[in-house]
Amino acid sequence: MSSTVSPTSGFWKRNQQRLAPWLFLAPGMIMFAIYVIIPIFQSIWISFYDWDGLGPKTWIGVANYVELLDDEAFYTSLKNNILWLVLYLLAVPAGLAVALFLNQTVAGIRLYKSLFFFPFVISQVVVGLIFTWFYAPDFGLLSALIKTLTGHSIAILADERYVTLGIIAAGLWPQIAYCMILYLTGLNNINPEQVEAARMDGARGWSLLWHIILPQLGPATFIAIVVTVIGALRSFDLVSIMTDGGPYGSSRVLSFYMYEQALSEYGYRMGYGAAIAVVLFMIMMIFITLFIVRMLMRERHA
Amino acid sequence: MFPTPVQKASPWVRHAYTIILPVALIVWLLPLIGVAITSVRPSSDLAAGNYFGMPSRFAGIDNYTAVFRDSPIGWYILNSFKVTIPTVIGAVGLACLTGFALAVYKFRANLLIFFLFVAGNFIPFQILMVPVRDMTLKAGLYDSISGLVLFHIAFQTGFCTLFMRNFITSLPFALIESARVEGVSEWRIFRYIVLPLMRPAIAALSVLVFTFIWNDYFWATVLVQGQHAMPVTAGLYSLNGQWIAAWHLVSAGSIVAAMPPVLMFFLMQRHFIAGLTLGATKG
Repeated sequence: MSSTVSPTSGFWKRNQQRLAPWLFLAPGMIMFAIYVIIPIFQSIWISFYDWDGLGPKTWIGVANYVELLDDEAFYTSLKNNILWLVLYLLAVPAGLAVALFLNQTVAGIRLYKSLFFFPFVISQVVVGLIFTWFYAPDFGLLSALIKTLTGHSIAILADERYVTLGIIAAGLWPQIAYCMILYLTGLNNINPEQVEAARMDGARGWSLLWHIILPQLGPATFIAIVVTVIGALRSFDLVSIMTDGGPYGSSRVLSFYMYEQALSEYGYRMGYGAAIAVVLFMIMMIFITLFIVRMLMRERHA
Repeated sequence: MFPTPVQKASPWVRHAYTIILPVALIVWLLPLIGVAITSVRPSSDLAAGNYFGMPSRFAGIDNYTAVFRDSPIGWYILNSFKVTIPTVIGAVGLACLTGFALAVYKFRANLLIFFLFVAGNFIPFQILMVPVRDMTLKAGLYDSISGLVLFHIAFQTGFCTLFMRNFITSLPFALIESARVEGVSEWRIFRYIVLPLMRPAIAALSVLVFTFIWNDYFWATVLVQGQHAMPVTAGLYSLNGQWIAAWHLVSAGSIVAAMPPVLMFFLMQRHFIAGLTLGATKG
């Protein structure tokens, strides 16, 4: 573009600074718009239709949403999603605890840190299979432990009372590892002078952690909460791998229920599935808005 | 440093720490260790009820050979590479451009576009599922590697843009300004001044995106149906259905499927963690 000599090159010279950002943005923005931004609105639109994905769409207004209000399975999924959200957040303090435990400089600590981080690198499909085996009655390691300890055998993934808890525990494993690595990096960047000064003033243990360390870990905590909330609401893989929503649909979450309605042997109810997705999207938007507002405030500060 | 280094603590604490550390690691990785041992157990052990003891003999070679010989897992892994590598190149490449645009130029819509990328990166996949599947079908790309790659590139551009934009913002801006004064064109500033400085970010982002895409399961089930384009995550799930209770095969298959991102992590650890924790120190 530098060698062309024509009237346009004068135009280009004058407006280069104004046009360049748009040229740089165009390929990425077009892809992102086609595959992400526009489909969000299409989904909202589809949620007002009765559609099997192939034939003609029939406008039914808010009928899909009205049906949701009376749908037992929807409430089960919603309840499980809330459970996921609450329990998944345990990954944040647990990750901090592991990070504090590992924040030492003994021989081989680097390898220990990597191995503790290991579960995060593995795909959720593999994590799901590992825990399915871990929980399996008779030949799973955990069931064997429970049986020797209590004398009872529990089939965690076949029991409506425990199934969601069992899946969440599997999900916490990689999530704790993720939070741990965020906190290890945060701890690495703590201002040592402040810590020493506080020690001089007699701050120890908990009070030192609470008043001096945690405030400095603010950015790490923020990111840990963001990724954990998103992870909890996105939970799909583990449910699909470990139980397929069962037993009797008791471990469904919204993301899984949506998939089941729209694309499974139960039928291709695209409109109804889209309505479930819209509900999940709205819940997520609450959190996304909070994150964006915070990031925006930081941008203004900078 | 917090907590107090064990070197400064009493000898008792120091010894306790050196003992607790490996024990904690074993407990933490217990499910994984169990699966690794199961994957080298002969099937006769499982039939005889020897689930937790020492394997009666090392059957690792038999089990892993059986997995590759009797199942299409090798093909699935090849598919995963065919999906993952073009996605990494595409998404990181696009994000170099968008990140540069958002970091270097001041224009009115800048922040709006940036936050659109950020927000899009957080949304639930399900809100995209029906339209993206429909669009892929209509374009004739359903059940193909390219259909999956195109979607992944587009979606990952959100996260990658966030990453690249923040990275370029931290570069010295004076460099760009002085080049402009010299009359260097915007493209050349990008190509010869900024891009060479972005190498560490490109490495970190590539490793991360590789892992994300390799481990994707949801889109592999939504956009692919048959064996010929199926990545290893979805493939493993379908094999699990065939290997009912053949835990030595399930375990071996799981380990095979987990290997590439694990190797990637250990080889590129520094980059991986740098990418993952970007923002954990200054948000």
